[in-house]
Order: sequence, then structure tokens, then C-alpha cells
Amino acid sequence: MIGDNVPRLPVVVDGAPPLAQQPLDTPQRIRRETLRQILRSRTFIVGAIVTLFWIVCALFGSHIVPYDPINDSFTASYHAPTWAHPFGMDRVGRDIFSRVLVGARSVMEVAPAATLVGVSLGSILGLLMGYFGSWIDNFVGRVVDAVLAVPFIVLAILVLTALSAGSEGISVSPAKLIMVIGIAFTPIVARTVRSAVLAERDLDYVQAAKLRGERPPYVMLVEILPNVMGPIVVEATVRLGYAVFAVATLAFVGYGPQPPSPDWGLQIADQYADVTLAWWAVVFPALAIASLVVAINLIADTIQQVLDT
Amino acid sequence: MSEAAQVIAPAAAALSMRDVEIVYRVRGIDREVVRGISFDIGRQESYGLVGESGCGKSTAALSIVRYLPRNGRVTAGSIEVAGQNVLALRGESLRRYRRDAVSMVYQNPGSALNPSLRVGRQLTEVFALRGASRPEARERSLAALHEVHIADAESVLRRYPHQLSGGMQQRVVIAMALATNPSLLILDEPTTGLDATVEAEVLELIRELQQRHSTALLFISHNLGVIRKMCERIGVLYAGELVEQGPGEEILANPRHPYTVGLLRCIPRGGLRKDRGKLDTIPGFLPPIGADLPACVYVHRCALAEEICSKEKPADHDVGTEHTSRCHFHELAQQLPRATADVPVEGPGIDRAAMPLLELGELTKTFHQDGHSIRALSGVSALLWPGETLGLVGESGSGKTTLARTLLGIVESTSGTVEVDGRTLPARLADRSARDVAALQIVFQNPDSALNRRHTVRRMLKRTLAKLAGVGGREAEDRAQELVDAVRLPERALSARPTGLSGGQKQRVAIARAFAGKPRLVVCDEPTSALDVSVQAAILNLLVDLQGKEQTSYVFISHDLGVVRYLSDRIAVLYLGRLMELGPAETVFGPPHHPYTEALLSAVPTIEGEQRPRISLVGDIPSAADPPTGCVFHTRCPRFLGTICETEEPPLVEVEPQHAMRCHIPVDELRRLQGAEPPG
Repeated sequence: MIGDNVPRLPVVVDGAPPLAQQPLDTPQRIRRETLRQILRSRTFIVGAIVTLFWIVCALFGSHIVPYDPINDSFTASYHAPTWAHPFGMDRVGRDIFSRVLVGARSVMEVAPAATLVGVSLGSILGLLMGYFGSWIDNFVGRVVDAVLAVPFIVLAILVLTALSAGSEGISVSPAKLIMVIGIAFTPIVARTVRSAVLAERDLDYVQAAKLRGERPPYVMLVEILPNVMGPIVVEATVRLGYAVFAVATLAFVGYGPQPPSPDWGLQIADQYADVTLAWWAVVFPALAIASLVVAINLIADTIQQVLDT
Repeated sequence: MSEAAQVIAPAAAALSMRDVEIVYRVRGIDREVVRGISFDIGRQESYGLVGESGCGKSTAALSIVRYLPRNGRVTAGSIEVAGQNVLALRGESLRRYRRDAVSMVYQNPGSALNPSLRVGRQLTEVFALRGASRPEARERSLAALHEVHIADAESVLRRYPHQLSGGMQQRVVIAMALATNPSLLILDEPTTGLDATVEAEVLELIRELQQRHSTALLFISHNLGVIRKMCERIGVLYAGELVEQGPGEEILANPRHPYTVGLLRCIPRGGLRKDRGKLDTIPGFLPPIGADLPACVYVHRCALAEEICSKEKPADHDVGTEHTSRCHFHELAQQLPRATADVPVEGPGIDRAAMPLLELGELTKTFHQDGHSIRALSGVSALLWPGETLGLVGESGSGKTTLARTLLGIVESTSGTVEVDGRTLPARLADRSARDVAALQIVFQNPDSALNRRHTVRRMLKRTLAKLAGVGGREAEDRAQELVDAVRLPERALSARPTGLSGGQKQRVAIARAFAGKPRLVVCDEPTSALDVSVQAAILNLLVDLQGKEQTSYVFISHDLGVVRYLSDRIAVLYLGRLMELGPAETVFGPPHHPYTEALLSAVPTIEGEQRPRISLVGDIPSAADPPTGCVFHTRCPRFLGTICETEEPPLVEVEPQHAMRCHIPVDELRRLQGAEPPG
């Protein structure tokens, strides 16, 4: 007497249920929905467009700019913005618009790589500290505190000066910058990862791994690491913003590309003394830095919000 | 006529819910959680809402205090508390309503109190809000604490919440909730996190206060025994609908909805044991939140369902005095066919003459913390034979989990030995051989944290097989399939990650993983306490089946004495890290028992509601850092003898064959006191 349209149970042995039929919340759908939430967020779109713009500039800037950003023409020193030169000209008559576009490159060469170094080292340290606790955590923790106690810029200048000792001037190669900024970021990342690992370490799946005889490196890298990727991704994005700022700051104080490079920080350093004379020579490179830092932070905010909900 | 009706109209009910519908908006979709429920609670009445998790119990409660999460809203119906339309309240009037008319007590008292403020500050605030002066508020706080039987009220006021035990915290929360003399008190699983002994005290306290304050109660619980004890009327929720409503005793004795019938059959009770029959289960699943449901919400899981059930919504049929059942076949409900065959389980024969599988010799574990040494385990010796289940019971803090973890090697023992098949195992897990690691496995309490949420089931099982059974490649794949099959999961579960599985399915995966390396002994650490009763029954059946097949021994830890009794061959009762009683399950559950066991047993509220006098334990379990002298139980013992208990620790002696006890009272005296028939 069972009608055709009566949903009958699948044959069930001893209450063993069929796999959860959850058309609403499959993992794929959750992942897709997370992605959709990120893409739908207006802050993310603005951030992504601005960041993408600077990436394109860094890659192809020298091909698309209207004027030569390096060689001066001596036509007009500090010419105010015009239609032909929307950002005006600098002291030696170079087009600032072209220089700002091309200047993205030196930042983009260093900041992402430095972030990668900092996040990788920091994650490893954080995993060790969180997983082993006890003396490792104490020892590394104190070192981290000590490093954090010194202002970043002082630390970076000290290290970079020490590294350049003996050589002519203070021209700093991108590789050195990457290492110094990366290492300076390591303690902060390590702290974040450590606290995420602490929350995972006492979960039963870690005990279960030990109960099948897994060694610590496996437990850390294969069991715990995938579960703390969320905080690591957020931290990486935030760090990237700081890295851009750090590169510009170091270039401003002279540790980085040297003239006639169109680096943003260097442009500001070159011309900030004349800011009352020609505001455009300082403001446009500064705006470039600000736009990139803010854009990256907008992306970081969105990722954090979406991962938190 | 209308005039007359007005005159005899009863005063407004304490709570009146009419066709309330509630949705949550999750990931862009409105999901219906409560699908039109209606019930009333009269003044001074206590009403119980039961149902499995996800049925909408807490959502219904939150809507009454207007505390739905941001993504939730009431889309239809009305809620009135003491005649006040709750859904219309805004701003100041809502604040005043929450202050005066209604109070709520949540499951976890630890998070209901602010950890950074002293209890006194939080309690006096409640009175200050209603306009009491400072000395007056303090005076009334003290009185409120006395009312919830906190003897040392002055000092409790000065303490921070974390300095109180869970039971004390819940008393403080109840004192706060009743401070305003609300017309309705909502209790959402108020004793779920507490030990049975403490639970019994808190429940009695709630009863007493309800009568004194003449408050109406809305009591939410998944525990039918607790509901039976506390509530005059019961509503059974399923998928957001009230499927059955009526007087408590009547519903539990004479259920008329297939869901209620099934729920009651899942529970191991009345002394049921595995050798007498399998537990019945409810097939299928609670539909996911927000799913489109057929006319009868239970049709997918109901063995009585016919064509009409998915076409026509069943009415609330009257099946007794104020007893309604939303089922077309309410007359047949009690003849619901079983979902599992009622066959006794083929148990493995236990040969106690053979060599024991596990031998614990004077196992001791001392933790050191802030200069204190805490003796979590004190000289525990026990034997376990192949295929046998040893149940471990005791309040939290009695050392059950420490014992399990010490024998597994997760926690290193301070002294004493663990022998498996005659080999002495190193204390540290890292020092144990692969064979010994494989021999002892565990099924954890919480399946959510026991499985790595980033790994697929296939990956977990194959890795375990590689490490513990030494198989890889094609063979590992085959074995993984066999394992999944053995725990009755479909093969496609292999590709799933934990997020795609239900709680019961996750626990099945955990069991499969524990059995991957052909263990000799599996520790089950409260494996079903995070699960609903219908799922619990299926998991218990599975454990029993696997034991019969594999001759595995279990150490089974649970606070649910019905479950322990169902599964265990022998039972060990722990108190403050010491074995108080050890014996065959039936012997331990029947008198004579150790006074502690006696108190534990009498604390459990039963569905049958048998009225045996409760033996109450005074206060909380003492700290293991500073255990009492003599018999460690003497401070709370209901059958305290005298000085000897305070000065001399009784030895664990065999009082009957196989039955050992640690008590100064002679066993015959215990037998007499506990009203057992004389032997023979």
C-alpha cells in the first residue's frame, strides 16, 4: 500500500544512515559561497582593482608610460600638472606620471617576496613554539619579544648598515631588503601562528596521530598546518601591506634603489624639501604608496571577515 | 455571553506561543527552523521541550527572550508572556521586559558569568538595576545565595566565577535569574554539563524555588529522565514542529507519535544489557535545517508512513486528556516495527581462566602544578580479559580520563605498570613499539575534534593502516573499504571530509580508525555523550557487534550509567583517583554497593520515574591536590561510620567472589542498609 510518491527509506541496516543528504551545504557549496562572498564584497573589489593596477604597472610599466621615466629632458623644472603631464614634472623635468607608474616595480619586487620569507619563517617558528611549548616556546618567545621591542625601522637600518659595511655607499640590493624585511616580520607572524597552533594542539586528532606513531614533523606539517592556514593567509595579506610601507620607508631614508630610479620612496626623499614649491612632486608618489597599502588592507579585511563568519 | 466569558477567562498564561515560525538566513538562504509551534504554559506550570539537537528547541527559547542571533527572525505567529506581546517590544520596553518578566539560564554557567568580575558585583547589579540601594542590593544578594543553598554566601560574593565549581556557578546563575521574580523562567539544558550527583541537587533546587516563587518554567532538555522529573507537561519537537504534547508521565508511559516511541526505545534503560538484546534505533536523519519537508515532517524516518502521510498534513489528534499527537496513525504508534532486529548479541566468550589481556599494577599518576602535586590516579590495579568490557564510572575529577590516557601512554604514569599480553609497556607513548601502539587505541568523546577536518576519510584510514598495520597501496584501499563497510558507512564516505558527515558518521569513522590496526583494546572515552540518543543507540550496537567479531576488549568511560550498564561486563567505580568498587556489572548495580556507587545510582533521574529515596551527596568532589585523610570519600559519605573513616584508609577487599570494595562498613551491614535481600 505504499504510494509511488512516498519517499521510502533506503534499506538501512541497524540504523546506519545513508550519507548526509545535505544539498544545501556540501563542502563545494560552502567553498563556492565563501568565494562568492569575497567577490561580492565591494571593499574587496576596490582593493583588488587597485592592487591589480599596480601589478600591471610593475610588470609592463616601462612599455606603457608616455615619457621616459629615467632620463631627464631639462625642459622645465617643476612644471605644474598639465593635460600632457597630469602629475606635473620633477626638478629635472621628468614626467612624474610616468615615474610613478614605473616606480611600482621596485616595491613589487621586494614586498611580496619579503612577505613570503616572513610568513614562511614565522609559520615554522610558530608551529614549533605552539606544538612543543615548554622551553622552546619560552626561549623563542623571549627572542621574539626582544626583536619586537626594537622599532622596525631602527632594526632594519642597523642590519642593512651592518650588511653594507665596507662597500661603497649604502646601495642595498633587493635580495638584502627581502631578507631584512622578511626576518623583521618573522616574530609577529610566529606569534599569530603560535596562538592558532595552541588551539589545535590539544584537539583529539593530534592525539590520534600520535597514537598511530606519527613523528612531530608529520604532525606539525600534515595534521596541524592545514588547519591553521586561515590565520596564516590573513596574516600574510596584512604583512604584505606593511611590507609595501616598509620598502617605501627604507627607500625614503636611503636604503634601497638609488637615483635615478623612479622608486616611490626615493622620489619623495629627493623632493620633499621642495614640497612648498612643487607639491605634486611629493604628493603623487605618496598617494601611490598609500593607494597600494590601503588596497591590500582592504583585501585583508575582506578575507578576515569571510573566514571569521 | 461575552461578558460571562470575560469574567471566567483565566488570567493570561505565563507563556503563550501561537503558530510561531522562525527562520535563519544562512549563506543567502532563509532556512526555516521553527515551523509553526503553539503551546501555552500556565502560571506556576512547568513545561518541558524535548527533541534531538537541531530540532529548534533553543531557537524557540531565544525567540521568547528576543535574543535570536542576528540572522534569525520570527516570520509569523505571536509570543505572549504574561499577556504582553513580546514581538512588539522595542528599545526601553524590551529592556524592561527582559528585566522584569522573563529570565533565562543557559547550559554553560561558566560562560554565563563574566569571568573578570566578582560574583558579588554581578549579583548585586541585578538588584541595583531594579532600583535597590547598594547596601540593600548586597543584603538581597546574600539572601538570594542562601536561597540557592550556598552556605558560605559572604565568601562566594567575594570570589570570581572560575573559583567556583560548575554546580556552584549554576546556582549563582539561578539565583540571578530568580532575583527579579520573573513570571517565566527558561532553562536551556541547565544541568547538561554537570555530574549526575550535582545535577540531582540543582534539579531539586529548581523545583523548590519554582514552588516558592510560583514561577512558570520552560525546561529544555534532551534528557527524558530529567524532563520526566521536572515537568508536568511535555512537548516533543521534531524538525521545528511539535509532534506530540501532553502530560509528562502519560507521554513517556504511553507515547502516541512514532518519533516519541522511537526515541524512548533508543535509550538503554531498565537494566537492559547487551546480552539481552540490541537497542532499537531510528533510521535516517533529521532533515537538514531549511529543507523542504513533506506534509508530515517525520515521514522519511517513519516505518508506519503511508501515502497519505506525504500528501496530507496530520492534524493534532486528541489521544488523551490534553494529549495530542500529530500523526495519522497515532493509534498504531506503539506497534511501530523495530528498526533493528531484537536479537541478543553474540558476545565473545570471556575466559577468565586464560591470561588477562591487560594488567594494571598500582598505576599512579601525579601531576605537578604551581607547586602542588595533584594525585590524579592512586594505585589502580585491575585486570581485563580478551573480549571483555570494563566500564569506568565516577564524577568528573575522579580520574577516569587520566586512567585511560595513562594506559594509552598519552599521559606518562608516575609509577606502576601497564602490561598487555604479559609484556610490560613503557610509560611513554613515544617509547612503545609499533605493535604496542597498535594494540591500544581510543575512540574520543568529541567526533568533531577527533578527526582532522582537512583530511578525507580515505586519507585518515589509509595513513592509519600504513602506520599500524603496515599495509599500503592497493591493499590499503581494499582494507579502507572493508573498514568503512564494517562501521556501516557507504563507500562514498571514503571521499568525504568530516564537514560533510553528521556527528554519528564522524564517530563511525573514528571507530573505523581505531579498529584499523586490529587493536587488542579500545578505550571508549564517552563516545556517545556528544551524540543524540538515536545515534547513540546505533553506535552502541556497532561497538557491541565489532567486539563480537574481533574479540576486542573495551575500557568504556561514561557518565551515563544506563549506557555503562548496557555495555559493560565489569564495572570499576573511581573516586579521587582510587578504585572504590570493582565487580561484575550486575553486582555493582545491585546492592550491596559501595556508598559512593549507591549515591551515584540514586542521583540519576529515570524515565520510569521510580521514586526511590535519593541519597544526596553533600558538596563537590574534593580537590585531588589535598585529598581528605582516611577514606577519601568520608567528607561526603552518606553512610559515614565514625572516626575510623577519617583516620584510616580502607583497603580494597574482595567482599564477594570477583567483587571488591573499599569501605570500612562490613558488606552484610551494607546489604542490610541498602535493603537488599539476604544472599541465598
